[in-house]
Amino acid sequence: MRMELIQPFINAADAVLSETLACPVAVSDISMDEEAYQRRATAVQIEITGDIEGRVIFDVEDGAAMKVACTISGSPELDHDPQIIRETVAELANLVIGNAVTTLNDQGFRFKVHPPIAHAAEHGFHGSEDTEALVMDFASTSGSVVMNVAMRYNRRRRADAVKH
Amino acid sequence: MELFPALLRKNDRQPVRYLVVDDSVFARKNLARIIESYGGVLAAEAGDGCTAIKEYDRTGADIVLMDITMPQMEGIEAAERIVRQHPDARVIMVSSVGYQENIVAALQKGARHFVQKPVKPELLYEVIKYVLGDAAVTAPLPQPGV
Repeated sequence: MRMELIQPFINAADAVLSETLACPVAVSDISMDEEAYQRRATAVQIEITGDIEGRVIFDVEDGAAMKVACTISGSPELDHDPQIIRETVAELANLVIGNAVTTLNDQGFRFKVHPPIAHAAEHGFHGSEDTEALVMDFASTSGSVVMNVAMRYNRRRRADAVKH
Repeated sequence: MELFPALLRKNDRQPVRYLVVDDSVFARKNLARIIESYGGVLAAEAGDGCTAIKEYDRTGADIVLMDITMPQMEGIEAAERIVRQHPDARVIMVSSVGYQENIVAALQKGARHFVQKPVKPELLYEVIKYVLGDAAVTAPLPQPGV
């Protein structure tokens, strides 16, 4: 997996999480994962297709999701609500991916971002040689956010682009 | 939340009516809360492009706040169809996917402006005021204790 494909996601996650969690965020763990994804809390997946293809999973602890919900909605406090948590995790994923793909698009890549899908299963999405996943754990005082990115060049699309 | 001078329609001095289109209920609620702080009213909301077209036909909202990435029909196509049927429609794209290609495509299809998420209420207010132009006036904020 190429670092230039991953870096925009790291930068976007850092910026969006710092803003929406309204507290310092630190990367507490980075690892490469070729095993099946194991869900920890509330997770959504966003698929990307085009010159670059793959998927990003966001897995967010309840405390962090509720904190983001309060920040985005401008409410000092919200009652713990599984529906709000699911919606917030999806919106958080949208914000990070949207910012990341804006950077990638500015570098000349063309692709389509698909709507977030709740990732309810405990396992899924085996990595492979081309799509091994980078797993980053962002820690904050409100809870942790895990971003699991598996992204690769679409060789056929790139070959077509070179021909033309 | 910060209050803004209310945006009113110039012709009848009624609050501006909004159609909010986003597949995320959370995002719709957040936008509804923001437009309330502008003195606006929610005419309708929709979770996809197809519903947005129907809701615009039904309500003729003054402003449409339209997400891009949605199931069934994406926001740019929905904006195009609304503007084709209603050339005076004022559609503002509100999306986290803010790359130039998307913005240009949206503007070419008839959207009036583009705001990137996360939405900053003060920025969206200025954009809405700009898009409404002469069709809107602002009412001063009520003075505390008056």
